Amino acid sequence: MSTTTLDKTETAPAPAAAPRSRVRRRGERGAAGAALLHGGLAVASLIALAPVAWLFYLSLGPDKEDYLHPADIAGKFSFSNYSFVLEHTGFLDWFKSTMIVALGTTLIGVFVAATTGYAVSRMRFPGYKQLMWVLLLTQAFPIAILIVPMYEIFSELGLIDTYWALIIINCSTAVPYSAWLLKGYFDTIPFEIDEAGRVDGLSPFGTFFRLILPLARPGLAVAAFYNFITAVGEVAFATTFLLDDSKYTFAVGLQTFVSEHDAQWNYMAATAVLIAIPVTVFFYLVQKNLVTGLTAGGTKG
Amino acid sequence: MTVAIDRATGKRRGDRAPRPGLGQRVRNGFQKYWYAYAMIAPVVVVLGVLVGYPLVRGFYLTLTDANSLNSARTIGVNHIDATYKFIGLDNYRDILFGPTAYDRFWSHFLWTVFWTVACVALHYGIGLGLALMLNQKLRGRTVYRLLLVLPWAVPTFVTVFSWRIMLADSGVLNQILGSLHLPQPEWLEDTFWQRFSAIMVNTWCGVPFMMLSLLGGLQSIDSSLYEAAEMDGASAWQRFRHVTLPGLRSVSSTVVLLGIIWTFNQFVIIFLLFGKNSAPDAQILVTWAYQLGFGQQPRDFAQSAAYGVLLLSILTVFTSFYFRWLKRNDQLAV
Repeated sequence: MSTTTLDKTETAPAPAAAPRSRVRRRGERGAAGAALLHGGLAVASLIALAPVAWLFYLSLGPDKEDYLHPADIAGKFSFSNYSFVLEHTGFLDWFKSTMIVALGTTLIGVFVAATTGYAVSRMRFPGYKQLMWVLLLTQAFPIAILIVPMYEIFSELGLIDTYWALIIINCSTAVPYSAWLLKGYFDTIPFEIDEAGRVDGLSPFGTFFRLILPLARPGLAVAAFYNFITAVGEVAFATTFLLDDSKYTFAVGLQTFVSEHDAQWNYMAATAVLIAIPVTVFFYLVQKNLVTGLTAGGTKG
Repeated sequence: MTVAIDRATGKRRGDRAPRPGLGQRVRNGFQKYWYAYAMIAPVVVVLGVLVGYPLVRGFYLTLTDANSLNSARTIGVNHIDATYKFIGLDNYRDILFGPTAYDRFWSHFLWTVFWTVACVALHYGIGLGLALMLNQKLRGRTVYRLLLVLPWAVPTFVTVFSWRIMLADSGVLNQILGSLHLPQPEWLEDTFWQRFSAIMVNTWCGVPFMMLSLLGGLQSIDSSLYEAAEMDGASAWQRFRHVTLPGLRSVSSTVVLLGIIWTFNQFVIIFLLFGKNSAPDAQILVTWAYQLGFGQQPRDFAQSAAYGVLLLSILTVFTSFYFRWLKRNDQLAV
């Protein structure tokens, strides 16, 4: 058997190599392939970038009607919208509210999600399956059913128009997915580490805080980002629960520029750009971990 | 997933000693699992109070005729007690089979289903395509990745407003179309184009998440599998079909499920893209229910909550079938 295959390989190379003049190595591709790849990615990046870039461009036009004649803006760039927004609107208040709500959600949410994720990753207890189901299904809860009873609860507790209400609500929407995500990440940390910690006399909590949490930093970063962006981007509850306009978060504040009678798109664009900056910065700080953190659990199977 | 030894505590589970009495079992169970319960307690408490209770309460509301005129409220110093009454399943009957039920529920339902399927298919298709491209050895790959995740990095409510400006009647998109002598649709006024732009904007917002998840999945596929396939003479298509797709299966099953749930309940995009009280035909069930509960006077709390319950039941039924289907095909990532 072995001799025949040897013979074949010795006589066959000419026809096999014929269709392509040069045998390509793995991962190599022709100029056309590379151009196609670059072309595809460039077009996609352009589409991804365009709305944000356009917003930035519009924010430089000083007049209210400029968005109708975008070509004119190029001749009269100015940052007057920005100074107006910073000086004459509630921007700084909104910024403060948003940061309180978002950072509060991130801190509490990540901590709670981490303990839960660790528990469901390492321990099997009665109720385990039900908990996993609940974590998944809470994401399916439509706000329509929750918002009225929540409004009642919070008004009875006197929490309407406070940051706590929003922090708690954002936690309840962001934590289930974060816990799910972190469970996946904890699953990739070898159990031997826990065992070593246990042997050395750490309690389960000690193992978790001293060994696992430091190792899970990429996963935690992703969870933190998810919590942060959920809290910043939350619209429905913030619109309904915040009454005092000095407590508005960005999501509510931005809507005030556009009413039925009047749309101040230039100020809105400037505000939107100002909002996007801190979030985007935060995003790019964690983005290195994003790919591994997101799929750590899913890929394991 | 069936591990006999509890990995954190090192204790063996499933001893088949004679079964102790109930009290004893509860005590034993508590001693054995209290770490676990202590760790999940915050989540259980928060979800119980903030999701469980409102759910029960919301379900009760659906059995009444509560609206903003007969609910308990405080005007100035006067407190008015709630006067709504129990009416059984009338809300559901009215929504599902009452007069004009088609206009109020079924048309929105069909549109919601179409919206979910179309959006998730587009998210997944485009996300997979981009992930495959990003997974190649390529100069400038990092830059592309940074640009492509931008729609996810910038908060949705910001980008939706940007789209709204671009799609407006005399917005930049129509100006470009006009200069090319192409028809200029009324993106935000005509029903068909409203739906079209809603799907378009949601696709734009949702692709990065799919792309990154799938990219993670692609990177975790063992490259020796590709080498083996190549040795066996598999073509590029065959490698994709028989190595890449099966390798992505568990990631895909999870992200598709999440995508379906999130898209089905996607509130922000439609709510902000069309503003209040416009585009009644482009509302999916979630935004429609919100309109009933908060966007009109008098606010119809009961019907709004009834829509919520219907939505939740649809998703629960769907999810359990999805899991059963996954289990049968042995693709469960959970």
